[in-house]
Amino acid sequence: MTTEYNAVITEFDPIIGLETHIELGTKSKMFCSCSAQFGGEPNTFVCPVCLGMPGSMPVVNRVAVESTIRMGLALNCSIVPWCRFARKNYFYPDMPKNYQISQYDEPLCINGYLDVTVATENGPQVFRVEIERVHMEEDTGKLLHAGGAGRIHGATHSLVDYNRAGIPLIEVVTKPILGTGVLAPEVAKAYVAELRDLMRALGVSDVRMEEGSLRCDVNVSLSRPGEEWGTRTETKNVNSLRSVERAVRTEMIRQADRLRAGERIIQETRHFNEETGDTTSGRSKEQAEDYRYFPEPDLVPIAPSEAWIEELRGTLPEIPSVRRARLQIDWGISDFDMQSLVNAGALELIVASIDAGVQPAAARKWWTGELTRVANERHCELGDLTVNASDIFEIEGLISAGDLTDKMARSVFEGLLDGEGSVSQIVSQRGLVVVNDDASLIAAIATALADSPDIAEKIQGGKIAAAGSIVGAVMKATQGQADAAKVRTLLLEQLGVTE
Amino acid sequence: MTDSAANGIDQDLVVHLGKLARLELTDLEVEHYTIQLEQILGAITSISEVAAADIPPTSHPIPLENVYREDIAVPGLLHEDFVPGAPSFEDDRFRVPRILGEST
Repeated sequence: MTTEYNAVITEFDPIIGLETHIELGTKSKMFCSCSAQFGGEPNTFVCPVCLGMPGSMPVVNRVAVESTIRMGLALNCSIVPWCRFARKNYFYPDMPKNYQISQYDEPLCINGYLDVTVATENGPQVFRVEIERVHMEEDTGKLLHAGGAGRIHGATHSLVDYNRAGIPLIEVVTKPILGTGVLAPEVAKAYVAELRDLMRALGVSDVRMEEGSLRCDVNVSLSRPGEEWGTRTETKNVNSLRSVERAVRTEMIRQADRLRAGERIIQETRHFNEETGDTTSGRSKEQAEDYRYFPEPDLVPIAPSEAWIEELRGTLPEIPSVRRARLQIDWGISDFDMQSLVNAGALELIVASIDAGVQPAAARKWWTGELTRVANERHCELGDLTVNASDIFEIEGLISAGDLTDKMARSVFEGLLDGEGSVSQIVSQRGLVVVNDDASLIAAIATALADSPDIAEKIQGGKIAAAGSIVGAVMKATQGQADAAKVRTLLLEQLGVTE
Repeated sequence: MTDSAANGIDQDLVVHLGKLARLELTDLEVEHYTIQLEQILGAITSISEVAAADIPPTSHPIPLENVYREDIAVPGLLHEDFVPGAPSFEDDRFRVPRILGEST
């Protein structure tokens, strides 16, 4: 894969573009007062408006507009003085009205940028991603395809739940991102991560990616240096950071294979397969869609006043990149360390752990060490692990009281991840007790020394390094439940050796 | 085929609109609707003759802007309120025919 990918870059320049839809965290829907919460029994958060009943009238949610303006400001966009919603007409049962209310040629926010940082061999590199527009629209209902194993192909009929229909979405569209070269997949991933962090920092969405509240359409094209831009494909519904990176990478490789074979790239939408990381052909865009957009006659224009915009500007929090720089200084860690914990998705988890009372170094150690390892092993995001800040606080408390070793702590984490209960339950169920009383440790040391009589002489003769094998034997005898440092101290005491 | 008219309505466009609206139109209907749409658009076009340059186009007859609701959630309808109006409802969901096209 790697060589193949690097070969793409020797011959082609990628151009990428991202359209990201994010559900806002409002209490009610975009155009009606139904609950906007996730899930719920099917078709219970519905009313005449979001069921598309004749004669029902939409009314815009003020907080959704405010959230969009705040997001636009945080993305350094201009907020337009006047804009409208538009109807996007199409026939598909995910919208009962047969149109989606969106914004078309009059988006609320235009022409911004977001700086994203990517780790490279030569240290962090900043890319400025230019933002074309930020607009509002409503989410669609959820379809279950019955028969045909849940897929459209072979399905006998479909079942629709309109709880999600009408939940406010914002769509953030980038301009074509040029000059990323070999880093294109990383830049795409870093951009989406930065967007997510920004949304969270603004409090406009908690961006629960596992619930599909962030969905990305990834545009990729390749061109040979100096030639004009190649034909692009759009890979739809890429729903995790890891998938964004993979989708860009696999699509670059696929397009390069085609171009090398002298074929042309077809402008089309493609589907991303989460399991294989491949993209497959969807609908061809050769005949451009015709959504017959027109201004939504049931809604009046949005004309944010300067005063309103300035009031909203006053509510913007410290933006994530500034906050990261501050935390890095507070923690006294290198660019590289900061970047790797950000890439691992550990930053917010570490901050939450520190807020819960964990020492910064310990919080970093667990999230970037053991827990990152486990997340990689389980192919999931760190944030998906069922370990929280208060668990780490509790475990760290036990470690500093001498009641738990680091090794035992790893066992507690394993128990937490496997859903064995709370920290204290796991400690007692797994029998994780530090053998701490000197008498039993001294007895174990005596046994170990008796088993290897020559070692005592070596240690007493000055070869203190030889103590390791005795400590190891004691740890083995106590099934790892002793504190190795303490065993070592006791051993040297017993032998009358000082370091 | 009728000629392309002043408003750009011709039979090809009507056939295209028919496809978008998922309507199967006979040749006779295409001819019929081409004339009708042409007349309707002609009537609307006459409005632009009276629109002065200083009047911006509007999508709304009432000069209102910034109408919002507060973000307060209220309970939704009960199934019994709307299920009787649905052609088919199964497992708490609306049952719809097999989908041939694709989502947006």
